[in-house]
Amino acid sequence: MGAHGPATKGLMRWVTTTNHKDIGTMYLWFSFAMFILGGSFAMIIRAELFQPGLQIVEPEFFNQMTTMHGLVMVFGAIMPSFVGLANWMIPMMIGAPDMALPRLNNFSFWILPPTFLLLASTLFMDGGAPNFGWTFYAPLSTTYAPDTVTFFIFGVHLMGLSSIMGSINIIATVVNLRAPGMTYMKMPMFVWTWLITAFLLVAVMPVLAGLVTMMLMDVHFGTSFFSAAGGGDPVLFQHIFWFFGHPEVYIIILPAFGVVSQIIPTFARKPLFGYDSMVYATASIAFLSFIVWAHHMYTVGMPIAGELFFMYATMLIAVPTGVKVFNWITTMWQGSMTFETPMLFAIGFVFLFTIGGFTGVMLSLAPVDFQYHDSYFVVAHFHYVMVAGAVFSMSGAVYYWLPKWCGRKYNETMGKAHFWISFIGFNLTFFPQHFLGLAGMPRRIPDYALQFTDFNTMSSIGAFIYGASQILFLFNVVRTIVSGEKTSEEKTWEGAEGLEWTVATPAPYHTFSTPPNVK
Amino acid sequence: MYLQAKRLYKLALSPVLLLLSFLSTGAWAEEAQRWQMNMSPGVTEVGAEIYGLHMIVFWICVVIGVLTFGAMFYSVFAHRKSKGVKAATFHESTTIEIAWTIVPFVILIVMAFPATTTLLKVYDFDDSDLDILVTGYQWKWKYEYIDEAGENVVFFSNLRTNNTEIYNEDEKGEHYLREVDEPVVLPVNKKVRLLITANDVIHAWWVPALAVKKDAIPGFINESWTKPLVTGVYRGQCAELCGRLHGYMPIVVNVVEEDEYNAWLAEKKGKASEIKALMDKNFSLDEQMASGKPVYEQYCAACHGVNGEGGVGKAIAGSSYATGDVKAHIGMGVNGVAGTAMQAFGAQLNDVDMSAVITYQRNAFGNNMGDIVQPIDVYNFKQGQ
Repeated sequence: MGAHGPATKGLMRWVTTTNHKDIGTMYLWFSFAMFILGGSFAMIIRAELFQPGLQIVEPEFFNQMTTMHGLVMVFGAIMPSFVGLANWMIPMMIGAPDMALPRLNNFSFWILPPTFLLLASTLFMDGGAPNFGWTFYAPLSTTYAPDTVTFFIFGVHLMGLSSIMGSINIIATVVNLRAPGMTYMKMPMFVWTWLITAFLLVAVMPVLAGLVTMMLMDVHFGTSFFSAAGGGDPVLFQHIFWFFGHPEVYIIILPAFGVVSQIIPTFARKPLFGYDSMVYATASIAFLSFIVWAHHMYTVGMPIAGELFFMYATMLIAVPTGVKVFNWITTMWQGSMTFETPMLFAIGFVFLFTIGGFTGVMLSLAPVDFQYHDSYFVVAHFHYVMVAGAVFSMSGAVYYWLPKWCGRKYNETMGKAHFWISFIGFNLTFFPQHFLGLAGMPRRIPDYALQFTDFNTMSSIGAFIYGASQILFLFNVVRTIVSGEKTSEEKTWEGAEGLEWTVATPAPYHTFSTPPNVK
Repeated sequence: MYLQAKRLYKLALSPVLLLLSFLSTGAWAEEAQRWQMNMSPGVTEVGAEIYGLHMIVFWICVVIGVLTFGAMFYSVFAHRKSKGVKAATFHESTTIEIAWTIVPFVILIVMAFPATTTLLKVYDFDDSDLDILVTGYQWKWKYEYIDEAGENVVFFSNLRTNNTEIYNEDEKGEHYLREVDEPVVLPVNKKVRLLITANDVIHAWWVPALAVKKDAIPGFINESWTKPLVTGVYRGQCAELCGRLHGYMPIVVNVVEEDEYNAWLAEKKGKASEIKALMDKNFSLDEQMASGKPVYEQYCAACHGVNGEGGVGKAIAGSSYATGDVKAHIGMGVNGVAGTAMQAFGAQLNDVDMSAVITYQRNAFGNNMGDIVQPIDVYNFKQGQ
């Protein structure tokens, strides 16, 4: 095959590959598998909450489900899916032949499957899987944790390693391998958002690694970082966790912003409005993410000066985020729009993410947060951002670039059906959760008082609909790859701009072996 | 079948109810209700202020949402290729960018003022009429009314809902999962300062109607306060994941007139001094058996069976503890077994009740050990550890 295809065939092609497209494909499939796994945990949660009382699982197992759902979705599904997208698209968008560090790339992917196998295997161990929530607050996760906490700690170390290597690779690629003429301010928005995300990752993943190492010491080596009885401080745990955790939220959402900023101009047939301000807004959000962490901790008893500082800083995030939303809408304004599946997901994203933004502003106000905190209102808020934000944009991205990846067209009717069923199922699941939280239902409980019954039933029905719609998604994608209508148009979409649309379709194994000239 | 149908019918009606609920905001009862969709202003001044702030921000968001989404959906319907629209080419305007940076900023400043004043009120812990130390345990709350003369009133508050209701064997009561054996009693119109801490993991004390949510953290004592203006029963529960039974840690607050509160407090203090007086008494086997039985049924029977036959917990009948060394048996009751469902009852049961229940366990269910544990034995054991 030489320079034209993979050097080896069969399984070893995937194990030894250093090709950014192969690795991107593996990341995408892996993240989808994790999405299904984490989703099935969510189905168990919603089935138990369908009505009051304990029907299906015991409280102990319920706690394992909420914990594993969060961990698998954040670290196994959403993050790797965007890394996969970055692998496929960044070299093609900046006119580079591959990622800058191809072997590192292979390694950063292949760490993940064993890591999640390790994490999932804890479900079958004595004492059960981690059960202390994905935020794993000490001392519940140290002194009072099941034995499997050690596997959890090791797993987090490995995920962190993978993420750091992945982001170093992205930074190295974007900084060094841009085609001649591709200045920073000419880069596609997706590349910009990923560059900023990669810096966030490099900054905060070591903080998470430090945190779990301190836990490890507390659990096994007799230190008392987080145990008040030994002179430690359980609140310190939360400060460190959220110093990682808040930027983490933006690590998840910034690449989603990037995707939407690619899709909307294509289907509006009009350039992205306010490119420069989009770049500055993204950078501002990234900066602010480092100084707002304690808004997750308004009820821990911070002094009033701290409360006020974090409240004001948090409110500020609304400004650059608003700028982004206004820019997307102005991009649509007076465009010549069509509504293929990727555009539906992008518009769904703008609409629902903005609702998540509104509840975010509400949550930022410390005194009101005393009522919202740790209630279902928060659950509703972050699922509007994580699911309707990150997952919707990811689904849109798959439909948008799938024809370029495999040279076949997906079924548009099925794609649209996937969108509408997801949209209805998603809102039916999470909109009533706002009400539950406001009426006083705390999160992470396996059973609830009778007044919460009706909205929980609704939410569970919605969740099953949303879950089922993902099977349609899988079917559509597999059908496209296997037997979709062939296409060799370089530009799948009439309004698409950018270097990825100048290469052949399907994208050959090696692209831009000689750099293009960008004017 | 009928109930199921009625429920589905209500589900179908919910959009109408949603609309109605927004039209009637402010008319909430203090207790959470079915189909409740909004926060309750509760029964405190601060709670009403928080509710007001919540509604202001909500309506600001609604207005911004209507404008933003209005523009977006207008564009979606009007600027379509299928209508023959040609795309415009504009893609930049510094003026507009500056405008939509500054306008939201100003709106945020407007929100920040009431938020700051409310927050200052929430943080004003001074001049309380009454101080209560609240301690979270896995999975119950302990309340200690702090008395200047040192006669503190202390009690635990446990979930009262039966397992049969939880496992759907019996019909669920009206206050399913939000009922306790001993509620907190507060006088109306008094500023109550809550000192909140925890014994094991982090919990959070939350009663929406009293507008209090504060984390209970081991090793720290957090402050919060409330001043209920209306008598009534207010319910809430633990809000921070604290382990297996996190969902089964309710809080019930009974706000009463001052006279009633004083009478209650006096009764509690009376009971405490009675128990003190019993500490150095020597009880007969019959006495201990008689007083141990109800204690056993309240605290032990759920896991160990009414006849000591076992269940979630091990059998008491013929158990090596109940028929073995007395000290080990007392230790089991006082300290429990870490990492299992067997809790430490040392703080929850007073020494009189503890001695009675251990005597009962050693002599009931055919164990017939014939020995009597006295309150002073439990006291000495605790001192000795």
